Amino acid sequence: MSLRYAAGKILGALGTLAFVLVFNFFLFRVVESNPVATLYRGRNLTDSQREELTRQFGLDGSKLEQFWRYVEQTAQLNLGRSYASNQPVVDEIWAAAPQTVALVGVATILSMVFGILIGISAGWGRGTNRDRMLTSGSMTTWSTPDFWLGMILLTFFAVRLGLFPTGGIENPADNSTGLERRLDQLWHMTLPCLTLAIAYVGEFALVMRSSILDVMREDYLTLARAKGLRDSQVRDRHAVRNALLPSTALIAINFGFVLSGAIAVETVFSWPGLGLLTYESLRGPDLPMLQGLFLVFSAAVIVFNLVAELAYPFLDPRVRHR
Amino acid sequence: MSTIAWQRRGRAARKTWSQYRRDREGMAGLVVLAVFVIVAIFASVFADHDQLNPVNTTGNPVWAPPTEVPPLGTDSLGRPIWDQLVYGSQVSLLVGVAATLIAVIIGTVVGVVGGFFGGWTDSVLSRLSEWFLVIPFIPLAIVLAAILGPSLQNIILVIGVTSWPVTARLVRAQVLTVKQRLFVERSRALGAKNAHIMGRHILPNVTPLVIANATLTVPVAILSETTLAFLGLGDPLRVSWGSMLEEAFSAGALGREAWWWYLPPGLCVIAVVLAFTLVGRALETIIDPRLRAGWRG
Repeated sequence: MSLRYAAGKILGALGTLAFVLVFNFFLFRVVESNPVATLYRGRNLTDSQREELTRQFGLDGSKLEQFWRYVEQTAQLNLGRSYASNQPVVDEIWAAAPQTVALVGVATILSMVFGILIGISAGWGRGTNRDRMLTSGSMTTWSTPDFWLGMILLTFFAVRLGLFPTGGIENPADNSTGLERRLDQLWHMTLPCLTLAIAYVGEFALVMRSSILDVMREDYLTLARAKGLRDSQVRDRHAVRNALLPSTALIAINFGFVLSGAIAVETVFSWPGLGLLTYESLRGPDLPMLQGLFLVFSAAVIVFNLVAELAYPFLDPRVRHR
Repeated sequence: MSTIAWQRRGRAARKTWSQYRRDREGMAGLVVLAVFVIVAIFASVFADHDQLNPVNTTGNPVWAPPTEVPPLGTDSLGRPIWDQLVYGSQVSLLVGVAATLIAVIIGTVVGVVGGFFGGWTDSVLSRLSEWFLVIPFIPLAIVLAAILGPSLQNIILVIGVTSWPVTARLVRAQVLTVKQRLFVERSRALGAKNAHIMGRHILPNVTPLVIANATLTVPVAILSETTLAFLGLGDPLRVSWGSMLEEAFSAGALGREAWWWYLPPGLCVIAVVLAFTLVGRALETIIDPRLRAGWRG
């Protein structure tokens, strides 16, 4: 990979990040002109108290000054204080992030593996009954609102059968530690994880199927068959390897989006991650918190996009030599 | 427009329709859509709007299962699920179609202008679409809906202005190839202005793609509306499938296993989203022969 390619991509990502910062700033400032007044409505504040609070929330000075301070503070990972809890936004996001990363990471890996397998199976047997069944199944899960699926799974497996807990991350009455506690957390994670995995598997399967179909028209498959390779060898050695490339890009980008995709599902299962935090911040609305979350969600997409772009030349020599 | 052109267009439409009719999945999608559209338009025939207001339902039993109050039972305030479901179809379809319209108009303008003019116009517009493409859609929609306040117009606006980059990219790529065609060069040689070429040559050639893409954008918009409404950002004055799910969830229908409340709205969302997707894919196959089964390029 040429250094120029990498530098270009990194610069591009930084540009996008800058856009997100500007966008984020104006999105929130333009709308709510005076949060102090809204927040302390009905309370008697002296002028000096009001000024002090305005300063604390970073709302004094001109818009340009505010913007510059916002950029400075964001660079120092200071995202302000939550209106609701008065805690630093960064701390709360930092505390909630591991739960979301665990939940979403496991769910994405599961749906990726199964999605790719389903896609290969469907695409390779194009037009067969198996293909029709798998494709319509994938389309159905794609069409299902993820949180609704969660509601259905929750009623059936947790409420009706009592096999799984109905929500949260651990049993509050149980104060076990170490491995036992981890297992309890895994137990709580099963249903939300299953929900997300089913919700995303369809998309991966459909993308993999269409890249298999693209590859099937290539001459090197005809050649591989002419060499006398068995059908499964043609598929695994020649078709799948090449079809995986476009899917890889999509998967990496999806990783970024999935982080924010779990908002409604986390709400259903009261899973204490970034999604539930978003949902709770909506009630206020807790603007600094929403602003911080939005920044984190956007940054995740940008980072994973960059990773995909930097990894691509390693995976595909054709990109490397272009 | 000359009559010859219209005759040609009529023939093309009839040909497309005869191709479309052969697509079984596409036809199934179309039939399902027709049913939902009819229900949404003639909602007052199928359901009683008064029953949506809890003031009028004090006489009804609450939490009644379908066996007690046919056809679908009642919710925690005694409102029949059936009536909510019928009127909910209006919001879902309206939001889906209106938001898509906004997205497709912005996307087509950006794509055509960028692709046609090239140069720095294209660079700026492509950059802008790339930026909007990386902004996570649901959080942005949540933030906008939270700031603008919950109303039907805002939901449509929010979904519309966040879904255009995909269309813009597709249209731009198509414009780049159409631009190279001989009839564009001929038109230019005959002295046609940019506006004429874009309106008479470029746009008609990207329209089929735009229509197929729009059909595939509607389901995404409907799913987004459902999610936003579930998070409490829907129009509080109107019932939608998403708001039904939200109310069921907050009222504790899950713990009571009041499945008749939250099962039907989800199934309706799936049916409509799937129907739009099937229609969109059928249209796509007609436009792009490479997608047809058995096609070997």
